[in-house]
Amino acid sequence: MSAPQSDRLDDRIDAAWIWDRIARAVIFIGGISAIVFVVAIFVFVAKEGLAFIFEKLDLGFFFTSPEWRPAQEPKPEFGGLALIAGTASVTGLAMLIAVPFSLGVAIYIGEFATGKVRETLKILVELLAAIPSVVWGFIGLTILNPLIIDVFDVPVGLTVLNAGIILGLMAAPIMTTIAEDALKAVPDTYREAAEAMGATRWQVIRQVVLPSASKGLVAAILLGVGRGFGETMAVLMASGHSINIPTSPFDSARALTATIAAELGDTAKGSDHYKALFSLGILLFLVTFVINLLADVLVRKGASDRS
Amino acid sequence: MKNQTVDPRRAAAAPRSGGEGAAAGASSNEAARFTATSLDQRNARTERGFHTLFLAMSIVLILPVLAILSLLITKGAPAFSWEFFTEPPRAQFTEGGIFPALVGTLWLVIVALLASVPLGVAAAIYLSEYAKDNALTRLINLAIINLAGVPSIVHALFGLGAFVLFFDFGTSILAASLTLAIMTLPVVIVSTRETLQAVPQSFRMACWSLGATRWQTIRKVVLPNSISGILTGVILEVSRTVGETAPVMFTGAVLFTPFLPQGVLDETMAMSLHLYMIATVIPDVPPEVPYGVALSLILMVLILNSASIGFRVYLRGKKKW
Repeated sequence: MSAPQSDRLDDRIDAAWIWDRIARAVIFIGGISAIVFVVAIFVFVAKEGLAFIFEKLDLGFFFTSPEWRPAQEPKPEFGGLALIAGTASVTGLAMLIAVPFSLGVAIYIGEFATGKVRETLKILVELLAAIPSVVWGFIGLTILNPLIIDVFDVPVGLTVLNAGIILGLMAAPIMTTIAEDALKAVPDTYREAAEAMGATRWQVIRQVVLPSASKGLVAAILLGVGRGFGETMAVLMASGHSINIPTSPFDSARALTATIAAELGDTAKGSDHYKALFSLGILLFLVTFVINLLADVLVRKGASDRS
Repeated sequence: MKNQTVDPRRAAAAPRSGGEGAAAGASSNEAARFTATSLDQRNARTERGFHTLFLAMSIVLILPVLAILSLLITKGAPAFSWEFFTEPPRAQFTEGGIFPALVGTLWLVIVALLASVPLGVAAAIYLSEYAKDNALTRLINLAIINLAGVPSIVHALFGLGAFVLFFDFGTSILAASLTLAIMTLPVVIVSTRETLQAVPQSFRMACWSLGATRWQTIRKVVLPNSISGILTGVILEVSRTVGETAPVMFTGAVLFTPFLPQGVLDETMAMSLHLYMIATVIPDVPPEVPYGVALSLILMVLILNSASIGFRVYLRGKKKW
């Protein structure tokens, strides 16, 4: 037995020890790979877009003008307001749908449902979350589009409303899962203590579980917002993709993500248009980064509040 | 109160029997011991109200999706035929099938798995077996959350900038698959980490006390005990990879290739991009064809996910500890 500060029990250097060292090194590289990739994503997107932002892009114009005419000759215009408004309106509408539903379903699964009902609901929610975004976009295009035209008697169905509903249905299952995790993180002793004092189940939920899980629930909502903000294919197919600032749910709109997806294929590498799309990418990256960071801080804080 | 916690079947029965019967049963039970005051009754009503509300929300969330699914099946199933799955598209996508897109998606998924599974499992082993609770670990966890949260189109920009242009793979299966691999890496890491952490610490201790190194313990004890859990995560990753569109649009998937891919540096067709294209860009496609593609895509994803879930339930029943 050697000194306790060594993490080996004897001084033998054999094959097993060498393999242990090699494995440790390889596994460590795997461990930090996620960090490497996040940094790499930022570096590669910034490499194409950052210089454009500083040299050519008029930021004041970008945030105040709805004129997105990146291919206009001789003087292209890069106004991002309509795109930002499109993303915001679609995401906002989606959250109006997804937030109450995901919280309600999470509370039902986490606090009310038991046994088979609970398992079945969890599995259904999981399957919902798995439907690919391009299929959701297709549903918006072919099923919701005529439905909206019929029901509301409007000329076009590819609108903020359509994309908002689709995005809400997409985001709700994911938010439900995260919100349910937040409810699960509240220790059962909390519930038992409240029940022992004679609280009904609803009183336990409202006065004990929800306050204790509140930070986690806000994190779930934030991650849902991030999800909606970054969704590409479904929004591209369901929103109508026309550049204007939507004033009602029945207007078409265009999202930041969808703009990149629709235009990147037509641009020449290194052109201003190409770089402008990468600078939209920087904006998307930064916003989702902040949202994820905030959600992580909230979850962490919620856990430390309890301990 | 005790009633509710001791007998969950009764609580579960409430929504099915319309809420009234079970709740009345519970309150009459309690009446044997207490007299229900108007406050008790009001509390019970409130509780029943919210219970019903949340149940209704769950149903409202699930129902439209079931409706959509059945519509996809009724409209898409007529497109299914032997030819649909085994022939390439012909006559400007108005005839023929989706065979090359199926093969292409298979290529993309397999190459993506080859890249992401070893890396993701290594990352999970690090987090579960080696990592201490320090700043680096927190940073890794934050990076994983971010990798999962970065919009798919930003992954596409990265794939284009890094793999297609910088590493000069061109628009190829390799570039698209690596982009997909990085995008779905968090799925593998998170599910594998959970499986590894579920292996009881006593297993490791028993192995260490026999003089095994950390790596021997991982290889001979931890991994064999969690291999099926890892597989569950891999199936889940496959289902994510199958449907992704934006990350492959500019990195390797194309609308049409006359030949099947021969290697990882070839371009390929893919199911997801095929659906997008025939639904939006290509004119005169018979209406049942995009429904058929959407249905095949959704079936692939749902079957894979059900397999993953079924596997998990089966494992939970089989668990020895």
